[in-house]
Amino acid sequence: MKKLAIYLFIATMLLPVASLTVSASGGAGIEHSGANINDRGSLQRGAKWYVNYCLGCHSLAYMRYNRLAEDLGLTEDMVMQNLVDSDAKFGDTMDISMHPEQSKAWFGKAPPDLSLIGRSRGADWVFSYLRGFYQDESGGWNNTVLENASMPHVLWQLQGIQKPVYRQETGEGGFVHEVIDHFVLATPGTQTPQEYEETARDIAAFLDYAGEPAKLKRKSIGVWVILFLALFTFIAYLLKAEYWRDVH
Amino acid sequence: MAKFTSSVSKGAGSFMNWLDDRLPVTSFWNAVMIGYQAPKNFNFWYYMGSLALLVLVIQIFSGILLAMHYKPSAAEAFASVEYIMRDVEWGWLIRYMHTTGASFFFVLIYLHMFRSLLYGSHKAPRELLWVFGMLIYVVLMAEAFLGYILPWGQMSYWGAQVIINLFGAIPTIGEPLTQWIRGDFFISDATLNRFFALHVIAVPLALMGLVLLHLVALRENGSNNPDGIDIKKNKGPDGTPVDGIPFHPYYTVKDIFGVGFFLVLFSFVLFLWPEAGGLFLEHDNFVPANPLVTPEHIKPVWYFTPFYAILKAVPDKLLGVITMGASVAILFFLPWIDRSPVRSIRYKGTWYKVLLAMFTIAFVRLGLLGMAEGTPAQTWEMRVWTLVYFMFFVLLFFMSPGGKTKPEPDRVTH
Repeated sequence: MKKLAIYLFIATMLLPVASLTVSASGGAGIEHSGANINDRGSLQRGAKWYVNYCLGCHSLAYMRYNRLAEDLGLTEDMVMQNLVDSDAKFGDTMDISMHPEQSKAWFGKAPPDLSLIGRSRGADWVFSYLRGFYQDESGGWNNTVLENASMPHVLWQLQGIQKPVYRQETGEGGFVHEVIDHFVLATPGTQTPQEYEETARDIAAFLDYAGEPAKLKRKSIGVWVILFLALFTFIAYLLKAEYWRDVH
Repeated sequence: MAKFTSSVSKGAGSFMNWLDDRLPVTSFWNAVMIGYQAPKNFNFWYYMGSLALLVLVIQIFSGILLAMHYKPSAAEAFASVEYIMRDVEWGWLIRYMHTTGASFFFVLIYLHMFRSLLYGSHKAPRELLWVFGMLIYVVLMAEAFLGYILPWGQMSYWGAQVIINLFGAIPTIGEPLTQWIRGDFFISDATLNRFFALHVIAVPLALMGLVLLHLVALRENGSNNPDGIDIKKNKGPDGTPVDGIPFHPYYTVKDIFGVGFFLVLFSFVLFLWPEAGGLFLEHDNFVPANPLVTPEHIKPVWYFTPFYAILKAVPDKLLGVITMGASVAILFFLPWIDRSPVRSIRYKGTWYKVLLAMFTIAFVRLGLLGMAEGTPAQTWEMRVWTLVYFMFFVLLFFMSPGGKTKPEPDRVTH
């Protein structure tokens, strides 16, 4: 009886709350990316893709080239020759030369800095966003993750052009509307779908890392800290037990 | 060797004599640590107080280091936090100590307060101890709110917007009052600057003063215990309580063990899970504050959500603010609402167990619902639990004097 009451007590507290928005992802079409920041090769490829395709418009204003080199195992020469296209110095942050007012006129909205996109939206979001571009009936670009995004599909040459296949769905009140069922690759790109998935995953991993470079070290340090504290706690317990032997 | 140690201890002894002639160090230590007889039956719930004190020290220490690198200006605040996270040596560790500490502070304080509901620690003669504790809790909420604006992210900005606008619900003086708080017509650089001043100087000073009063009041009557009986009523031939043990060394070594265990949990979050899935560090707060873009879903940090849910449960803004204020204010009166002849839940009878269980469920549910988006069904659920929350106090007031109790033991139990 007492046990039953306790179970009931805990169960009532933990009843699910619908639409609890604690997680970063959420929203339609977010897929699991499998991005792994401990895969150094993936981070290096992601950095290369990012610099070649994204850094034209999206700065990483808090990310320094020399930090990137240190964390990704690259030399100064490698970074300066392959990743730095401007007159930036090795210790500079990854800024862009495009003026925000100009880009606002071109795109309707200045492309945001992506230093922290890995923390505000998460790697899965980036991965899904990069795979969510399609050409709609108007011939323009659209995106399943961020509807009517003002960004064109910069990676279309790699992925090719996806077109949606719709299906009818009956919503509330009997209204029939069209939803995207799946995509067909209308024009193939230079990469196979598997290769493009890898590319999107690499960029997602890179942005995940760029959001918090300390993450690479933090976890490995943490394991040692916790082990040390566990040992300390064990010794403290023995000390406590020794003192408390005479308390009855 | 022996000669050496004896001369060292002799030197130390004469130094202590010199010091004691000028400052009551030894007598103070003897009075509050060795001479103080604490009940010997403290359980899990009695770790929270000393741990909260530890977290206060962690917050002050990490806060000082953060303030060395942080810039309290609307133009630079967000970037300076990222500077701390990336360019300052061990800056990420310092910042995560502070953010993890803030949430753990509230975990400990909530458990500490719950202990009082379990064992009646607020009841006579410890009413003032409870009131000081409640003041600490309220000041801590202010401190957390002020600190949350400092990273100048979207949630900092819009969370502050929601909270400050609550004052606008007060008739007549509401609008001018919000302007006075902000120092501007909207949340701006001026607001950030003054919140920084309050967060690092004014409120911590008040907090430390109140903690001191809390501790002085605690030592005056001594700790309660899980049986809620007065150990001073049962003294041995030497004049000390038979169920008492010197606080030092018994509880100092026990608390060291508690500190170790706590730090394992603390480090687990700090190093492996600092965002706590968006509970301790909210995802939207990694977007710089933008007065022109309202986030889809504004919600306070988890430790405020029970009260936020109470606010949202009431359809009228002013009444909502009053109800929310009352939900905190009523806790101050707990020592006089609980009129039971016994302190501990162990001897209070089933009626109290049911009341406390309902209250706890209500508080946790309100906390969860306060984070959700607020569908109409959820609003109704919030109303039900708000009612349960307040009914706890009403029923306690009327049931506690005559409610069934069991006989209290003469000695503490194991």
